[in-house]
Amino acid sequence: MIRLALRQFRAPAWTAVAGLVALAAVLLATRPQLTAAAAAAHRACGDDTNCPALVTFVHSNSPLSTAIGLVVLVVPALVGAFWGAPLVAREFEAGTHKLVWTQSVSRTRWLAVKLAVAGTAAVVLTGLVSVLVTWWAEPLDEAAAAVYATFDQRDVVPMAYALFAFTAGMTLGLVTRRTLPAMAMALGGLLAVRIVVTQWVRPLIAAPEQTTFALDPDHTGYGSGGNILLGIPKAALQPPPPDLPDAWIRSTAIVDGAGRPLTDDVLHAACPGLDQGGGGGPAGPVPADVAQRMHDCVAKIGETYHQAVSYQPGDRYWMFQWWELGVFAALSVLLCAYAFRRLHRHGG
Amino acid sequence: MTHPTLMPQTEILRTEALAKRYRRRWALHDCTLSVPEGAVVGLVGPNGAGKSTLLQLIVGLLTPTSGSVRVLGGVPDEVMRSGRVGFVAQDAPTYAGLTVAEHLGLGAGLNPHRWDAAAAAERIDRLGLPLKQRAGALSGGQRAQLALTIALAKRPDLLVLDEPVASLDPLARRAFLDETAAAATATGTAVVLSTHLVADLAHICTHVVVLAGGRVRLASAIADICSSPADLDRIVLAELAAAHTEGGPA
Repeated sequence: MIRLALRQFRAPAWTAVAGLVALAAVLLATRPQLTAAAAAAHRACGDDTNCPALVTFVHSNSPLSTAIGLVVLVVPALVGAFWGAPLVAREFEAGTHKLVWTQSVSRTRWLAVKLAVAGTAAVVLTGLVSVLVTWWAEPLDEAAAAVYATFDQRDVVPMAYALFAFTAGMTLGLVTRRTLPAMAMALGGLLAVRIVVTQWVRPLIAAPEQTTFALDPDHTGYGSGGNILLGIPKAALQPPPPDLPDAWIRSTAIVDGAGRPLTDDVLHAACPGLDQGGGGGPAGPVPADVAQRMHDCVAKIGETYHQAVSYQPGDRYWMFQWWELGVFAALSVLLCAYAFRRLHRHGG
Repeated sequence: MTHPTLMPQTEILRTEALAKRYRRRWALHDCTLSVPEGAVVGLVGPNGAGKSTLLQLIVGLLTPTSGSVRVLGGVPDEVMRSGRVGFVAQDAPTYAGLTVAEHLGLGAGLNPHRWDAAAAAERIDRLGLPLKQRAGALSGGQRAQLALTIALAKRPDLLVLDEPVASLDPLARRAFLDETAAAATATGTAVVLSTHLVADLAHICTHVVVLAGGRVRLASAIADICSSPADLDRIVLAELAAAHTEGGPA
């Protein structure tokens, strides 16, 4: 049985090896340049973590790091669609389940061996991709000081995503008995569960920490950010991002000592003429008098108000990694349990 | 209609009020049969008569909605695990990407306690199937022979064949049936095979079961009901015509 499973998995395994070798070649070829550029930026900046040379280093390598990060995100989806979904569905489509299920080996053992062979390969492949990319991106991650920004592309969680996608694809293939619908549903399922876990489950793992920052009159502006698809919020004071390296910022607000948020009425009473800057035109240098008015306004507001920040500190990164690994592994176990139960009771 | 049992000597297969429903449609209804040791049973009926359903219930690929199946004295799942039943499904499915030799390895691996490697190799050699040829590149007849080889190499006490010759040309069909008959005669293996063609029944079968509309219309030893292939043809067609006239249960 193991030999059959290995033999059936030979072509996908070779495809994966070829892809892995290609990725490794790109990473090995570009890493020395990355290391040298990081070293130069660190030499120029010394201990200053907000130094422009470091920011430039991160930004100039952004297209490549984004593309390589995308590979880590896509591998679990491909594993689910191309390894998980056809694992059982293709047997139904070809009728070969009738050949193997009528031999001396039970169908439970048949599925267990197939799952063990292809599932192990899925986890090992994704693990290797993640290890390679995590190693490659180390200089960039260190300079960016934003571990949560690449949380789902580094370390152990990609393996958990791959395991989940694989078992979801297999189970959907068992239920639908057709490869293409199972592939599509596996991709959709992975995306949906990833969003649910990131948005609603991960924040439940640990209560965020709270801290406050005084409003900085020199770097606080006024306006609104957003996009036309999701809507542009009302204009408000815009303090600079909190200086919390590697933190996962959950929320920021400008509040007074009692925790009451800054209202438009209070803001406009303290800073008359705040909306008279025009706006909507091309960006350009702020006139000195406007900058001074803004400075005075923020300084006045800052006498009563401060910035309150809710965040997950960087030292919780590994706790979140292991939790997320556990959540997706548990979901995978549930999917497998359902698949075995269905196979045993209904023959698929 | 003849009583739907086959006058058991030592029973190798018995179904009692066996029924199978797919959602709202009954594919098989109230099927009671008994197959004696060494019999070669031909299951005949039109498309949708319930032939494949009955055979898949016998080999445990389907579970009954009601009634029971006893194969070689046990329930299908257990008996299949013992390797005492060989099965060739409709269209003889094989792994297109695996070679003939790999299929034999597959059979040996999946039946470690009942695999006659020498007999399988001898049969493949005699049939002239190239060991290194992928199953996907074999003709329909060769693929059916490969599937039959895997089934026979288990030295089964019961061989179940689901329309194994439906897609074969007349020569390949005759060769397959001759091989099956020879194997059954040589080892005393009982055979249950389904077919559309009454001529196939007359060629190798000792017993006939006519299924129509999910019900058994006739079950008998061929020698008890006719003396020539033409008689058998007439009797079977008469049963099928009667079933058609009655409409049969949906």
